[in-house]
Amino acid sequence: MPVVTVERKILKKNDEIARENRKTFNDHALFTVNMLSSPGSGKTTLLEKTLSRLPDEVKCAVIEGDVQTDNDARRIAKFNIPVVQIVTNGGCHLEAKLIQDALDNFDLVNVNLLIIENVGNLVCPANYDLGEDKKVVLVSTTEGDDKPLKYPPIFRVSDVLVVNKIDLLPYVDFSLEQVRKNALQINPDLEIFEISCRTGEGLKNWMTWLRSAIRK
Amino acid sequence: MHEMSIAQSIISIVDETLEREQYQVLREVVVEIGELVAVVPESLEFCYKAITEKTKYQDSKLIINILPLMGRCRNCDAMSQVERFNFVCQKCQGRDLDIIQGQELNISHLEVD
Repeated sequence: MPVVTVERKILKKNDEIARENRKTFNDHALFTVNMLSSPGSGKTTLLEKTLSRLPDEVKCAVIEGDVQTDNDARRIAKFNIPVVQIVTNGGCHLEAKLIQDALDNFDLVNVNLLIIENVGNLVCPANYDLGEDKKVVLVSTTEGDDKPLKYPPIFRVSDVLVVNKIDLLPYVDFSLEQVRKNALQINPDLEIFEISCRTGEGLKNWMTWLRSAIRK
Repeated sequence: MHEMSIAQSIISIVDETLEREQYQVLREVVVEIGELVAVVPESLEFCYKAITEKTKYQDSKLIINILPLMGRCRNCDAMSQVERFNFVCQKCQGRDLDIIQGQELNISHLEVD
């Protein structure tokens, strides 16, 4: 039986568009963050806290990904910044093409920070490069400190881990030391921030990191 | 559940390849999935069956080869198989490993007629 060698990446098309996105971001000196977590870890809340702390010279735009509703985009629109809601209608992740299409809605010349909030899901988004500079994965203390061991791919491909809801530590069986150990076992290069969006604890370090990453 | 979109990507690559190479019948499509890729083989098989049903590919087989996770130590250069996602060098116990296999999501080859 004849054999045809293919040797091709199945997600090659996504990777190609991600490369185009990356070029667009570079051309506009735009720093791009892809926020990942399971539903309810606090991605949108961290985004709100971040937006309220950004200095005026940082021009931020936001892409919200959700399976349904524009609730998150409406929360972000209150900050008077450009925001696009992508409703995936059941799709469990954002793909590079969706980002590329969403970019048409922004005046990129006047943006230097783009934050993409991915669909709440710790599995599928790991496979899809969007062209972002950094992937930031969130875990909250109510979820369990073994999340990195249960969902290794997403922790391996991420650059930053944010542990949220540390104000709840007295009430939950969650060890900061253990989550740190588990995460670094999967990815020793992870930069880790421990925060509470509710009390504001730790947000200063997160903001320092973000501001230093934005291109001058 | 992104396995359906992966199955669709496989089919579109198969379409392109058969047309380019001038074959009519697909017998087998062989894919390689690294251990660190978030794809469930059973689910991909299910989706492949579902989207090839009542098409010219309905008698074709999807063969999935799982590639174990392998790393090279940044400290001593030794290669290790990474078991249960415990990234540790089997030679020097170092924890800084570069992945050299395990992130693949590729179509390897087709058997055709």
